[in-house]
Parts: sequence; structure tokens; C-alpha cells
Amino acid sequence: MTGESVSEVNLNVNGQRVSRDVEDRTLLVSLLRDDLGLTGTHIGCDTSQCGACVVHVDGEPVKACSVLATQVADTTVTTIEGLADGDGLHPMQAAFKAHQGLQCGFCTPGMIMMGIAIANRHGGAVSDATIRHELEGNICRCTGYHAIVAAIGDAARQMSQSAPLAAQ
Amino acid sequence: MFSTKYARANSLGDALERMRAAEDGKFLGGGQTLLATMKQRLAAPSDVIDLTKIPDLHGILVNEHDVIIGAASTHAVVADHAGIAATIPALSALAANIGDPAVRTMGTLGGVLANNDPAADYPAAALALRATIHTSSASYPADDYFTGMFDTALDEDEVIVRVSFPIPLRAAYEKFRNPASRYAICGVMVAELSDGTVRVAVTGAGADGVFRVPEMEAALSGNFAPDAARSVAVDPGDILADMHGSSEYRAHLIPVLAARAVAKAGGA
Repeated sequence: MTGESVSEVNLNVNGQRVSRDVEDRTLLVSLLRDDLGLTGTHIGCDTSQCGACVVHVDGEPVKACSVLATQVADTTVTTIEGLADGDGLHPMQAAFKAHQGLQCGFCTPGMIMMGIAIANRHGGAVSDATIRHELEGNICRCTGYHAIVAAIGDAARQMSQSAPLAAQ
Repeated sequence: MFSTKYARANSLGDALERMRAAEDGKFLGGGQTLLATMKQRLAAPSDVIDLTKIPDLHGILVNEHDVIIGAASTHAVVADHAGIAATIPALSALAANIGDPAVRTMGTLGGVLANNDPAADYPAAALALRATIHTSSASYPADDYFTGMFDTALDEDEVIVRVSFPIPLRAAYEKFRNPASRYAICGVMVAELSDGTVRVAVTGAGADGVFRVPEMEAALSGNFAPDAARSVAVDPGDILADMHGSSEYRAHLIPVLAARAVAKAGGA
């Protein structure tokens, strides 16, 4: 192998247009954290199992540790940093706070991004069983999940009453 | 991950040309397996050629006899497609239970079938439903396509374009998941096809990848009932063993899951 292949990647991240030259092997999570300083997206397992790195790509949940930045070039990416409106939390963030859907907080950014995806996909009437099924790719080692499930259900109901607050 | 060169193919011809020009190229679907393998440095392709933006590989068509799915269709797209849910609900349900929602955003039908992981779900559906895999250069009946663990009839420079699934009279898929990884320790797809043929395909358990169970198909042909499936013992000789389950354990699971699948498909 001679030389490192580099590509220009253009993205809309949290409403801002960004352009970076990255090595082709750069993972989306590395671009977000190392190049853009958006360290809210966490690297947990780095093997696509824990979900701490979940972000939205064109509104759909993606594990940023398991996708190349080049693969998602020219898309719109939303990270945990893109949810709040100033001091006003997104309903999903507020619900995690209200229900104490976190302890150490490491999994929380991924949980919240997946929670919003669940709410967007299933609406306000989403059942706890569906939430638990859809959380299969997000691991929490503190809470035992009950408060997370309650928070997502609560926020889903609020979001369905005040659409379209969903992160895009 | 070792260095690699990424390219987004814009047509089938472009993809094939890039593959021929590459020193050691790999086609990229959603990357939910390939990238993990590259991160572990178990694969180090000189080039990855992204197939997912090729228009020919997209689209889902449902006609009177078949469901035809573009190879770049993600699991989420298949799971959400109303036409598939109306004709082969077992396929919708299977897609909705692959990995997790984020994996389903990226992972593709073509990628799964090209990789032919012994624990993947789609191979069981393709084999049980007697699907046809249409590629850039040929069409393979599923019976000829799966040739062993991580092995298929595909050449290195051959791309899956679409897959036709004949609409069955009834079908269902049951999988027994590893509680940690959620991969199938064993998965069984049972289908009664439109001509009355019964097919049973097993994933997760075969030492050579996905396989059919002719004795069980015969038993179910005369009597599409859970008891008929449960009555067939499977020889553990060719069944996988690993830290998650012995050959005997998986062999035992096959009739159990087949019986559940028959019940789910409406057999009584």
C-alpha cells in the first residue's frame, strides 16, 4: 500500500455545513469527535454492540463507530449536541432527566438518539415492549433500563403531541 | 483499520470497472459486517466499492407471484414495506429482527447474501422461499447459490442486483437468539410454497452454512402441523458447535423452532 487515500467529506452536522478532508478509513465517530470536537457521541465497545455512538444520518439511527465518514458524505447528521435549543432541552432529554433515565451517563447520548428514533418511528402510542425491543443495540450498565424505557415512552407521547420537534 | 480507498459506484458498470482496477477490492453494502472485520484487521481490502448508491440496486416490486427486492435495500426498508408485509409477512418480520435499529438502517439484503454468514437470517428465507438471486452476470436458484460457510456462487467481481422471493401460501421464521450478541444460535424458516411444496431452511446451526432438512419437509408435506416438525430428529453430525451451544443442543433446537414456525405460519 502506498500513500493514504484521502477524500473530501461534506456534511450538514447539527445544522451547520462542514467540509473536511479525511482518510478514507476514517469512521464517522472519529470525524465527529476528533475533527469536529463533538465528543458527546461516545465510543463504548467500538464493535457495534453498545450503541453509545448512535447518531442520526438523514433522520435514521446509525452506529457512528461502524460507518465510514465517506459512506455518509452529503448527508445530514444530528448528534446529541444538536438537540437542545439553547437552554431548552429536547423533550427526550427532558424526559431522561425527569425519569432519571441515567446514572453514569456514558450510554445516555446514544440512548437519547435511539429514543428519538424510536419515537419518530413508532409514535406516541409506542409500547414498553416495542421500546425494549428497539433498544437491543443500546447497552446500559447502570440503570437496569426501567427508567430509560419510561423516559422514552413519556417523551414519545410528548413528541407526538408537538411534532415535528424530532431531530432532523 | 488498515488504509483503504473508498469509492462510491454510481452504476453497475462503474462498480465492476472499479473492482477490476483494484488490487484487492471489496464491494461494500451497509458495511455492518465488513467494517467490523476491517477494524479488527481481519480484512484489509485495498479498495472498498460502495454499491448502495447504484439506482439499479434499489426498489421493491410486488407482483402477483413474486416479491422482487433490490439488493441495496436496507433491512429497515424491507421491514417497513407495506407490499412485503401484505404478501410475505414472514420476510418483513425477519428483516425487523436483524441486529438492532441502527444496524437495520445500514445493513442490506445483498450484503447479507453475499457474505453468507452462517448465523445470518436472510439465507434461511432465500432458501426456504426458493428465491432467485439475480447478479450482474447470472441468476442463481437459492439451492445453487449457497455453497458453504461464508461461501457463495458469486465470483469476486460479481454483484447481486436483486432477489426474487416467490410469494408462498404461508411461511414463518423462528430464531433462538444468543442472549448477548442477539445473533441466531439457530433459526428456522418454514414455508409452504404456492405449488404446495414445503421447504425448511436452517441458519445458525450448519457447519456448512444454511441448509434444508428434507426429512422434515417430507413430514410436513403430508401434515403441516407443529407435531410433524417436532417428530423429526436431526443428526448432530453436521451441526455447528461453539461456546454458545453444542451440536446436540443446536440439533435439538431445529425441530423445536420448526414446530414454533409451523404454528406461527398457521399450521395445526
